[in-house]
Amino acid sequence: MDLLSDYIIHLADNALILGHRNSEWTGHGPILEQDIALSNIALDLVGQSRNFYQLAAGRLSELTPGLTISEDDLAYLRDVNEFRNFVLLEQDNGDWAKTILRQFYFSIYQYLLYKELLASKYPAIAAISEKSIKETRYHVKWSSEWVVRLGDGTPESHRRMLDARQELNPWISELFIPVDFDYEAAATGAGILPDTLQEEWFQRVNHVFESAGLPLLSFEKKNMHILSGKKGVHSEHLGYLLEEMQFLQRAYPGSNW
Amino acid sequence: MEIQSHSNSWPLWEVFIRARQGLDHKHAGSLHAADAQMAIENARDVYTRRNEGISIWVVESKHIHASDPSESGSLYDPANDKVYRHPSFYHLPDELKNI
Repeated sequence: MDLLSDYIIHLADNALILGHRNSEWTGHGPILEQDIALSNIALDLVGQSRNFYQLAAGRLSELTPGLTISEDDLAYLRDVNEFRNFVLLEQDNGDWAKTILRQFYFSIYQYLLYKELLASKYPAIAAISEKSIKETRYHVKWSSEWVVRLGDGTPESHRRMLDARQELNPWISELFIPVDFDYEAAATGAGILPDTLQEEWFQRVNHVFESAGLPLLSFEKKNMHILSGKKGVHSEHLGYLLEEMQFLQRAYPGSNW
Repeated sequence: MEIQSHSNSWPLWEVFIRARQGLDHKHAGSLHAADAQMAIENARDVYTRRNEGISIWVVESKHIHASDPSESGSLYDPANDKVYRHPSFYHLPDELKNI
């Protein structure tokens, strides 16, 4: 398997899985306006994933003569252990606080990553990053404000943020642990090593946590979990997510409308 | 119902969108938000997702004072018979085309 394709698929899977999770809120948001806001973010993410899938599909088709792989094959016909998204992103939505915090963690990560990928030696990756970073900048703003609003809100909203923080904590370290395709991406100049983002990520998160009156985060290696989404070792949640997301293509192969 | 009480506790805002440079802000609708910043972001998500605008104004609905419909007689009827307020009594030379 081509490691650079894995890297691109990793970028795509992150966006698709979180986009899908967010889309589960559509029609269930706490208030109409925020329902639309989160649905918009879901659409942004699915759109970003599509760009990366198209790029990976083209690359894989080129590398394997006689085989044509489409974006849909990658999104709808791979199994749990072939997905390369962070375990953080497949976690269930929980309450609004957990959804917000998951979005906040990832948006800051994605923003820092895209900022570096603007200089990618792989022109298509740089181009997708340039297109996506505007959306991501808004996701950071939107989720940061919600973190402050909830953390510094009522005793109940504060408690819910603390619970969410507790629940998501084990999945943070994975964001910064490089795997084989990260090394390949960094070596070829297509991407970067994620541990280089770690310091600024914690700074930015804690900056917002400070305004939100939430206890600061620190990198806890002891929380490092045996799961690694980037290696295809996922939590139980991803299987259920894919079952629903991929249902149509599995039940009616090749169908479209 | 919980959702109901949420929307009741967030104030209502009126949203004005400028569609293009050089046009006026036009009333687009109203929405609920906890504060001005959130109102602008909600307006961005609710009213400009199909490219409708380049600038957003929001104002809390309670700050808008409206004329009273029951006074419309005294407010508007007196203008009915004052056609001379329209600039339609000037004779313009034929050479003037663009006025």
